[in-house]
Amino acid sequence: MIELSDIRKVFNCGKPNEFTAVDGVTLSVDSRKITVLKGPSGSGKTTLLGLIGCMARPTSGRIHLTGRLTQGVTFSVEGTTAEVTSLPERFLTEIRRRAFGFIFQQFNLIKGITVLENVMLPAYPIGEGFKPLRERASRILSDLNLSGKLFAKVEWLSGGEAQRVGIARALINDPTVIIADEPTAHLDTKLSGEFMGIVERLKGDGKTVIIASHDPIVFDSPIIDRVVEMRDGRLSGGYQRR
Amino acid sequence: MQWLEKQRNIIDFTLSSLLRRKTKNIALMIVYTLVVFVLASVMFFAEAIKKEASIILRGSPEIIVQRLVAGRQELAPVGYIEGIKKIRGVQSVSGRLWGYYFEPVAGANFTLMVPEDGSEKGQIEVGKGILRSMRASEGDILSLKSYTGDWVVLKIKGALSSESELVSSDLILTSEEDFRNVFGISKEYFTDITLHVRNSRELATIAQKIKDLYPDTRPIVRDDILRTYDSIFNWRSGLLLVIMAGAGLAFIIFAWDKASGLSAEEKKEIGILKAIGWETSDVILMKFWEGTAISLSSFLAGIILAYFHVFFTSSTLFEPVLKGWSVLYPKFRLTPFIDEAQVMTLFFLTVLPYTVATIVPSWRAASVDPDSVMR
Amino acid sequence: MEPMRKSSIYFIYLAVNLALLFLLSIHALVAVKDAVYGLDLKAEMVKKLELTDLCLFTEARYTRHLSQTDFNTPFQDHPMSFEHFPSGSIVEPPARLRMKGDRL
Repeated sequence: MIELSDIRKVFNCGKPNEFTAVDGVTLSVDSRKITVLKGPSGSGKTTLLGLIGCMARPTSGRIHLTGRLTQGVTFSVEGTTAEVTSLPERFLTEIRRRAFGFIFQQFNLIKGITVLENVMLPAYPIGEGFKPLRERASRILSDLNLSGKLFAKVEWLSGGEAQRVGIARALINDPTVIIADEPTAHLDTKLSGEFMGIVERLKGDGKTVIIASHDPIVFDSPIIDRVVEMRDGRLSGGYQRR
Repeated sequence: MQWLEKQRNIIDFTLSSLLRRKTKNIALMIVYTLVVFVLASVMFFAEAIKKEASIILRGSPEIIVQRLVAGRQELAPVGYIEGIKKIRGVQSVSGRLWGYYFEPVAGANFTLMVPEDGSEKGQIEVGKGILRSMRASEGDILSLKSYTGDWVVLKIKGALSSESELVSSDLILTSEEDFRNVFGISKEYFTDITLHVRNSRELATIAQKIKDLYPDTRPIVRDDILRTYDSIFNWRSGLLLVIMAGAGLAFIIFAWDKASGLSAEEKKEIGILKAIGWETSDVILMKFWEGTAISLSSFLAGIILAYFHVFFTSSTLFEPVLKGWSVLYPKFRLTPFIDEAQVMTLFFLTVLPYTVATIVPSWRAASVDPDSVMR
Repeated sequence: MEPMRKSSIYFIYLAVNLALLFLLSIHALVAVKDAVYGLDLKAEMVKKLELTDLCLFTEARYTRHLSQTDFNTPFQDHPMSFEHFPSGSIVEPPARLRMKGDRL
């Protein structure tokens, strides 16, 4: 479970182009469920995703992670709850690596190196043994029907294939939460449908999924559990689907 | 173990990254290696010659007295020998006979010399370089043209050893009579005067006394002789200055390429790495290996090639420079006297700046927030 | 047979080079020891014949006997003539000539 308490994120604080992206958001995200952040561009969805995924610190407010998310970390937590906004950088990175996997709107794969290397990259700094890491990466890629493309350079992939490599990369450290930012923005209807199929499988594997999207294929999908609406940095509504 | 695995992983990525610009990076490595090769070769050669000279020339005469007339070296009269003998502290004095003979057929300069323990009239011992330039061998006749235009006929009775070529290659050892016949120097004169002193700490005093006694002389002390070769390939010698300037320029160009900041694409890639879970320190580590991969590899290759070049092939690439206009050139194999401090200095001057130039400009990019790539 | 990891290839390259360096330093030690014979030979000859210079630059008189030369000889052709032998760019004039004061 992820709990956000009155989160605010202000950019360029004090300067003439000061801008409040997230303005007082209080939200609880349930585990093992698919939550969609729905809203127009500029509503603060992307920023909120970054805050939830421990990629940035909020200007004010608190974020609590409970349960599975705090398992196996090297620093001590109170019971099973960790308050992440006050963690030093090193611990924040550790939680981020363990607990969260990110799928980006622009895919953001490293050009000029192979698919396999791209997928293994997030685990490189951890110093895990090479063979088990590569096996795991190969397995994840084969689950996503990319076995034939292991040694292909990412520039040669189609949009759908690149998206799936991005998903594989997000899964390499076996995270508890998958966060996706506008994942269907560059996909056609068919591929978007396939993407949602993969999301369903991830939920079946016990993962929590948070998606930011203004694509109806995503927020009208029957498999999602909850929609949270955002506008101008604030929550503006939402509903439970299941 | 985990630390080692982490380094290996990061090196894997660094090398993949460098291989994306294969030609550029290979060219860079080749030039880098070349620069280290030249600098190290010069360094090895100079140090070896200096060391060898300092060892071999230790037996040079303690004081040599030259006579100068109108600023030029002139013959020393035999009377000076008697005068110098009387100076307190002087152990022994003798006149030296040596001179240059230009051989027009070979186009080479020979050094004609009369050894102390004498030589038989009509017979000479020659250095190996002379045999080569004259295409002669033991038993052959060598005729020298005297100052009158007549020929002095000499028989090569023996050759000086090959191991001694570095000091003897162009020597012709002849008898006093033959020497004086060739150059027309009367018995009243010697080329210069050598002397030995009882107490080596008195060299300077005795030298001064000689100058006081004969103001038209110039005494040269053994120390001066030894120091002459200390300045070989000194940084102020014209050739080395050019080499260093070239090397310095090359390194500035390498470092400029790195230090002029990261391209937008490189910044974006670092942003992606941060976003997928790499810490700032991981990115810096990657940049460290990026610099080291190239500089360390080039340095090692350059040093090893330089060693082979100087000590196994006798600096073949330098030979045209060293030989200059000489027709006669000694064949010698240098002894590998290596100064490790010099090697370390070369390491720090070549490897460190390049690695630093790779890391420092990346600092800021490496410190961006992980979510920067999403904005 | 799968291709080797790139980092393995790099480590092997480094290891080979370091091994070579080590071997070369052994070679240097051995060679220096072996050279004593030749060095002694040359030192003997220097002492016996009262030599003063290495036979490196036989282009001209003043390049052949560097330690015995003076500033005038190179300019005998003409007072304004430049150094025209390559060895001039390799070695400096002997220290005693470069000293201020009692310049000869």
